Amino acid sequence: MAATAKDVKKLAALARIKVTDAEIEKFTNEFDAILDYVGQLEKLNIPRNLGKEKPPLRNVMREDGAPHASCVYTGKLTEQFPARLPAQAGEGGHLVVKQIISYE
Amino acid sequence: MNKKPNEMTIVEAASTLRSKELKVSDLWDACSEAVKTKNPKLNAYLEIFDADNAAITAAQKRVDAGDESLLCGIPLAIKDNILIEGKIASAASKMLANYRATYDATVIKKLKDAGALFLGRTNMDEFAMGSSTEHSAFGATKNPHDISRVPGGSSGGSAAAVAAHLAIAALGSDTGGSIRQPAAHCGIVGLKPTYGAVSRSGLIAMGSSLDQIGPLAKTVEDTRILYDAIRGIDALDATTIPDGLYGAPPPAGGPRNLRIGIPQHLLKEVIDADMRAAFDATLDVLARHGHTLVDIELPMSVYALAAYYIIMPAEVSTNLARLDGMRYGLATRGRMLLDDYVLSRTEGFGEETRRRILLGTFVLSSGYIDAYYRKADAVRIVLRREYDAAFSKVDVIAFPTTPSPAFMFGEKSDPLSMYLGDIFTVTANLTGMPAISVPMGYVERGGEKLPIGIHFTAPHQAEDALFAIGEAVEKTNNN
Repeated sequence: MAATAKDVKKLAALARIKVTDAEIEKFTNEFDAILDYVGQLEKLNIPRNLGKEKPPLRNVMREDGAPHASCVYTGKLTEQFPARLPAQAGEGGHLVVKQIISYE
Repeated sequence: MNKKPNEMTIVEAASTLRSKELKVSDLWDACSEAVKTKNPKLNAYLEIFDADNAAITAAQKRVDAGDESLLCGIPLAIKDNILIEGKIASAASKMLANYRATYDATVIKKLKDAGALFLGRTNMDEFAMGSSTEHSAFGATKNPHDISRVPGGSSGGSAAAVAAHLAIAALGSDTGGSIRQPAAHCGIVGLKPTYGAVSRSGLIAMGSSLDQIGPLAKTVEDTRILYDAIRGIDALDATTIPDGLYGAPPPAGGPRNLRIGIPQHLLKEVIDADMRAAFDATLDVLARHGHTLVDIELPMSVYALAAYYIIMPAEVSTNLARLDGMRYGLATRGRMLLDDYVLSRTEGFGEETRRRILLGTFVLSSGYIDAYYRKADAVRIVLRREYDAAFSKVDVIAFPTTPSPAFMFGEKSDPLSMYLGDIFTVTANLTGMPAISVPMGYVERGGEKLPIGIHFTAPHQAEDALFAIGEAVEKTNNN
């Protein structure tokens, strides 16, 4: 499977990353080599039902417990949101977020 | 005392502290002094912590009171993707350069309870993606054996710190060989525990089905001490496992004579000739000491690396989606919300990280997920069965840890050639089995003696077999 420059551009948009034209060319070439290598799995014949077997996973359950009191960690956590701290802290520790819906 | 305090092992330092020849503060000062002198050349640490006098005093009191914790008062180095409350944990990325941990990782909590001290946070490839630390956003770490060469990665800072005696021991994380490969390149011991043996709570995630935290240390015994201190089931990580999940543990101490499986068919061509000779010589000595060498076949293993380089980027692209400039880390502002995401992620992530996010996005995209991701997942199941079957005949499986010794900076600028170096280490992450790298001598490159490692894999939860064979290898090195 070969990757095209168009694919890489699309992937970058999906991953919310901007790539320059020079990078697109570089990544396209590298992806060709990498996908060629990992593509060797394509010729492998593995029984179809294999992946559908019960995986070696266990369900981890626990009793509901009493949660911690509300807001005890809020201050500590919001310190790590510097770009989102409201100018006048307080107001129940609300964070300022960006406008999502455009009016244009 | 011949050795300087910072050159000691955990066992030596613990006994010297108890014989009162050394105080905890002397040990701290010796390590801290060595770090300050040598780190500018090696760049093993991204940040050197100030002495925590309260912790040093508390550790001294515990030692004086006859506390049995061997880690009490021992200065350790911690990889920059493991959270220590109040300290920056950046995963060597610009994205998290200003992120201060709001809680302790479970392993840190356990080490603090044991009385251990923390010297600083060590350099790594960004988000643990790489085999050289060249992908760190803060400059590469140098190999203490030859500073023109890489220390390996991604836990290269931790490995270089221990090898250069800038720490008594260290913690790293291993997703595809990131503890074992740098341990081999720096001439120390590194263990990737069984998946689920050690809690990942407080480890910045890379590939969640592959990641494990583990020790890097000067001896197998130290490795075991550190492993015993950090392991155990944890309510904060639902993938941690109880003792005995994979059957009754083998009798204490393990079997004295081990059956060592050697997959000869995988060792042709890819390994440097002198590495192969050292590997064969080490196995010969082990055989003379009563261990049995058994030829085994692991046909699916040739596909392990390909499967790994599908599953890992898939998990990377998913895990790193949370870093978008909203909640924490780098926040670059544009006009609209989408601009904020794109600007923050573009500015925050380095090239290798972006490469793997894009690859992961590709293998998971509709139309390709069956050909790549689901196929790789099936390979993983077959691989695990193949290893389970092999372990009915042998106790451990041996490889050289890497096909070549540490390479020069810039030597592997093409990403695929860097990935191919992980060929012997990734399988243990795919199967979840524990694996260890132990030094097996040196080879010469460009007039420098470079350390190399031998690698053993054992069945799930059979770390004891790894420690037993590791100590046997240490004995062959000393003879």
